[in-house]
Amino acid sequence: MSLISFEKVTLGYEGQPVVKDLTFEVNKGDYLCVLGQNGSGKSTMMKALLGFLAPMSGRITRDPKLKNAIGYLPQQEPAQSDFPASVYEVVLSGCQNRKGFFPFYNKADRALCEEKMALLGIADIAGRSFKDLSGGQKQRALLARALCAAGDLLLLDEPAAALDPVAAEELYVLVRALHKKGMTVIMISHDPERAIRDATHILHLGQEMLYFGPTADYDRPAILKRERGEIT
Amino acid sequence: MNALTAPPLYDLILDFGGARVIFSFKILVGVIAPIILKALAVGLLTSVCAAMLGVPLVLKRYSMIGDGLSHTGFFAVAVAAACGAASGAQIYITLPLVIAVAVVLLLLSESGKFKGDSAIAMICTGAVALGYIIFSLSSKGTGDVCSSLFGTAILALNMDDVAVSSVLAVGVIVVFVTLYNKIFSVTFDPAFSKSAGAPVKTVNVLLAVLTAVTVVVGMKMIGSIMISALVVFPALAAMRVSKSFKGVIIVSACLSAVCFLVGLFFATVVKFQFRSGGFADVQIPVGPSVVCVNVVALIVCILVRKVKTARAKKKAAN
Ligand SMILES: Nc1ncnc2c1ncn2[C@@H]1O[C@H](COP(=O)(O)OP(=O)(O)OP(=O)(O)O)[C@@H](O)[C@H]1O
Ligand SMILES: [Mg+2]
Repeated sequence: MSLISFEKVTLGYEGQPVVKDLTFEVNKGDYLCVLGQNGSGKSTMMKALLGFLAPMSGRITRDPKLKNAIGYLPQQEPAQSDFPASVYEVVLSGCQNRKGFFPFYNKADRALCEEKMALLGIADIAGRSFKDLSGGQKQRALLARALCAAGDLLLLDEPAAALDPVAAEELYVLVRALHKKGMTVIMISHDPERAIRDATHILHLGQEMLYFGPTADYDRPAILKRERGEIT
Repeated sequence: MNALTAPPLYDLILDFGGARVIFSFKILVGVIAPIILKALAVGLLTSVCAAMLGVPLVLKRYSMIGDGLSHTGFFAVAVAAACGAASGAQIYITLPLVIAVAVVLLLLSESGKFKGDSAIAMICTGAVALGYIIFSLSSKGTGDVCSSLFGTAILALNMDDVAVSSVLAVGVIVVFVTLYNKIFSVTFDPAFSKSAGAPVKTVNVLLAVLTAVTVVVGMKMIGSIMISALVVFPALAAMRVSKSFKGVIIVSACLSAVCFLVGLFFATVVKFQFRSGGFADVQIPVGPSVVCVNVVALIVCILVRKVKTARAKKKAAN
């Protein structure tokens, strides 16, 4: 059984459809890269996948074992700019989903948190205030938090948006390594070259689904023509 | 200031000619000592509750909820008084009423049908108007109105009041500490929390309920007009001096407790005498005293922050 499947799903807000007729599935061990222009509904699809947004029609099924095993990196920066929180507190909050109703973190959670911070090279800024970090450092902290939460599935919404080219490359290498270790990854990206290099599957959104399938069969020039054709 | 005299035991009198300030320490061991102890117990607990809750409320831009609830509290006290409830029993009417309004307020502003602030403004003014009408119709003296607006009742607590208030306040603290990690996560990043399966809505509703309980308990000591000061000031002050969420909560709670102590001290131990008043004893009421100390604390924290950043800048320049 696939981890996630969309069947003829139409998504939108207040009765206005944003993307129509999404049909795709994600299996364990896939690395799906989601492409599309601004406003094409990528983040909307992610919200529906997480269950924040009910589909207008069609059906979304999620493997029940995903319930407490999703690591999500949202596109928007989380809190207001004055929120007092240390980097450590932010990353540690990623361990929450494995706690269920138990209210406190234990040693294992703290160890996991420290491991992920080391992995992302932010162990030395653990005590700093989150709001004072640079955009790239914030992104790393949030990715570390997502990794704490990710048992089986990592959802990344434009993770490289605030990163310089070197840091972006590091991030893609890291995600690829995680995928090689067995993590299922769904990543929204505006970087098709990297996507084609690393991902096993591509999902290209326009006002409808322009492509879904293995990376090898992704005929980018043809899809881009269709994307443009729809707009003009 | 000329003479520094201390005629009766424990008293310290500063004489400015036309005005005298008297530190009457002896009341701390005198007949009203038990009264002060009761006020101290309830006041400290409520100050800590309000200050802890204030942090997430301020950060969620919900700080006005405290205000909305306290005005509702005024209305609720009016209803309770009209029903003939004795002052000790009023809480059984006010508490459920205020909790209900808290939940409605929260759900209203979450649903986006009303902006949070306008929903609160509506409830505030409506509740006060209705409350005063009820007070007038049930022909309760203005004493009741004044007491529930400005909280003169803290020095008139009986043992039952103390017991109920303390149990409620300790309950609030226990629930808050238990929920602490969820509160952090939900306040910091609701989208992520939701993806991690946290009960975002439940936590928000619980926050509102805890605030309602704190407001009802705190109204007695500080009055419904000023209770939101206890929610807002310590949190804002703590945010200037601490970087982590846990740090802010702890500083906020401690600061609030200290401010209450100092405020209570000025309102009970310190007496003033003015020539224009024929040198009769006058005292500051407890509520305003505590609020003013909180204001001063916030200003001090802002200055501390200013000095700190200026120093850091200097260091960086060198
Ligand atoms: N909360 C919302 N309410 C109403 N409309 C929304 C909402 N969120 C997004 N939309 C609309 O849905 C469309 C798709 O938005 P979405 O955020 O999914 O785009 P995206 O593909 O993620 O774009 P980007 O590359 O800029 O992140 C946009 O036209 C947007 O205006
Ligand atoms: Mg997006």
